[in-house]
Amino acid sequence: MKFIDEFRDGEVAKTLAAAIRDEVDPGRSYHFMEFCGGHTHAISRYGVTDLLPANVRMIHGPGCPVCVLPIGRVDQAIRLALEQGVTLCTYGDCLRVPASDGLSLMKAKARGGDIRMVYSSADAVALAQKNPDKQVVFFAIGFETTTPPTAVAIKQAAALGLKNFSVLCCHVLTPSAISSILESPEVRQWGTVPLDGFVGPAHVSTIIGSRPYEFFAEEYRKPVVIAGFEPLDVMQAIRMLVQQVNEGRAEVENEFSRAVDRDGNKKAQALVAEVFEMRKNFEWRGLNVLPYSALRIRSLFAEFDAEKRFPLEYRSVADHKACECGAILRGVKRPQDCKIFGTVCTPENPVGSCMVSSEGACAAHYTYGRYKDV
Amino acid sequence: MSEIRKDYVRPLDIKHGQVDMAHGSGGRAMAQLIEELFAKYLGNEYLAQGDDGALLPHPGEGKLVMATDSHVVSPLFFPGGDIGCLSVHGTINDVAVMGAEPLYLSAGFILEEGFKFADLARIVQSMAAAANEAGVPVVTGDTKVVERGKGDGVFITTTGVGVVRPGMELSGRCAKPGDVILVSGTLGDHGMAIMAERESLGFESPIVSDTAALHGLIAAMRASGADIHVLRDPTRGGLATTLNEIAKQSGVGMMLQEKALPVTPAVNAACEFLGLDPLYVANEGKLVAICAEQDAEKLLAAMRSHPLGAAAAIVGTVHEDAHHFVQMTTGFGGKRIVDWLSGEQLPRIC
Repeated sequence: MKFIDEFRDGEVAKTLAAAIRDEVDPGRSYHFMEFCGGHTHAISRYGVTDLLPANVRMIHGPGCPVCVLPIGRVDQAIRLALEQGVTLCTYGDCLRVPASDGLSLMKAKARGGDIRMVYSSADAVALAQKNPDKQVVFFAIGFETTTPPTAVAIKQAAALGLKNFSVLCCHVLTPSAISSILESPEVRQWGTVPLDGFVGPAHVSTIIGSRPYEFFAEEYRKPVVIAGFEPLDVMQAIRMLVQQVNEGRAEVENEFSRAVDRDGNKKAQALVAEVFEMRKNFEWRGLNVLPYSALRIRSLFAEFDAEKRFPLEYRSVADHKACECGAILRGVKRPQDCKIFGTVCTPENPVGSCMVSSEGACAAHYTYGRYKDV
Repeated sequence: MSEIRKDYVRPLDIKHGQVDMAHGSGGRAMAQLIEELFAKYLGNEYLAQGDDGALLPHPGEGKLVMATDSHVVSPLFFPGGDIGCLSVHGTINDVAVMGAEPLYLSAGFILEEGFKFADLARIVQSMAAAANEAGVPVVTGDTKVVERGKGDGVFITTTGVGVVRPGMELSGRCAKPGDVILVSGTLGDHGMAIMAERESLGFESPIVSDTAALHGLIAAMRASGADIHVLRDPTRGGLATTLNEIAKQSGVGMMLQEKALPVTPAVNAACEFLGLDPLYVANEGKLVAICAEQDAEKLLAAMRSHPLGAAAAIVGTVHEDAHHFVQMTTGFGGKRIVDWLSGEQLPRIC
């Protein structure tokens, strides 16, 4: 595959691995967090860690859209389908996220809920157009990458004058999650999560640009290297992070320059700003309630806001007691540190959300790397 | 005085007609459907017996193998095939990979009220063509009709019977450390052909299903004299799932070489686009063979000399592993597990 295989070339990987080995200081260790689930997946799927020196450790971050979705939000979606009788559309990974009462959207579907997997928010709008007598709700999740398409869907529905389309908006913001990690006592006070830098988001950065990360580099003295989702991108970013650490620099660098610039996609940003506004508070799984960390639909588009159209109270629900997703999402624990990893909690019967998506740290380790644990 | 009127029954309107509840009632309408559609295309001396079951000749020395497979594929027609030929190929392959020569098929149809006769005729003709080509007749069958909305056009269950000659049995339990793993061709074609056809995606692609009966290829492989330990067709769940099943059954581990896996550029690109892994996408005309190391090249040559094995490749090896992991050396140079399929990747592909 042209323009893909080039970024998965094993020979180039060997050269890069050798360069990283030459450059690391054997007298210290390097701990880098890959923020995005896309990076976590690439690292596990291609076996990137096998090519890294032992003193370069990768910590999985919280950038997996379904992993940070709190149970209460999935419960809302399930209630919409089962109690309000709406046609609920969402992205595939969302269907298996465990919710209250042993349910998930997939199980709610088996109980008779009209729940559909869509590949795009436009499919949900089309469904509403085709079925004027059904209320269609798009359960919108994800970071900045998936937000502009939701904005487009809402504007499209407004232009079409659709009375049966609405959005349950659960879009969240990357910089808030990074702040929360940097502000956590584990990183800031106790030092139990050593963190020398970030592999910065790929697709998110195509929208927001590299500028929002500059604050983290300056304020927290953490280098950030924005990287693409291919394994060579990750290797190159790790090399750049090692160089920054060695030289005592803390800057935002961009490895993914083929898609990201400093300002990002201004058209998409304008669209998002037109349709959405900041929520004062939003609960994240693992990171608790973070102020100004998520978006809601502006009052101008209130008729497309499922939270206003339907009686939908938000109820916060605690995670399963044994589940360590919270600690794993903050980088405090690794999947294999969780007592129920791979035993009670498996991709078939996930207890926590990190075992659901292929971008989740637990699912990635279970699916690709668990041979290393035995 | 009476005059016996000419024996005339208006034939089924294949072009414009539709299935109604009477066609499953067991009465005259059903008899007509069987006669004018099923028997017309699938007919053979056993089906012509017209009894509740088929009376078949003794197959001779060896053991019987029987396999059954239900087909619910959506859409019913897809590039490279349809539910009709798929239901013949799928069951023949299940019998053939046991080491048996497939002999007879049965076919059970569940039709939905309102299903067009024209589509049904196309499907039955496709079944007939596949059965003829394979030399495996449909010798008995059944038809039921369900109310509109209770089915999805047509579901077909086929059962196959074959005979395996003494000493020729194959099983997933027989992979041994040191063995070599081969596949008969490119992976993921069927699943991606179905996926590309689903209307919600709407991308155009030249991906064609690989649906085919494999007993001819298997006969050629066995004629090579290679010491074959396991054969299996990697359908739902793809190569990854099939190898995990074999690893568990045989109590071994496996190591694949990602670079050696044959995947067409179109399937690769479509998978990349949809975030799927070709290792988990279904095949309907491919097989996995596991054989003794010293015979691998001989077997590969035999596979490649058959049209259905032209793109065959050696893709990995079997080793001892108490955890029965299937692993892979990635093209990138790292290692990873190739796990069982988790959840459902593509529903209703066969």
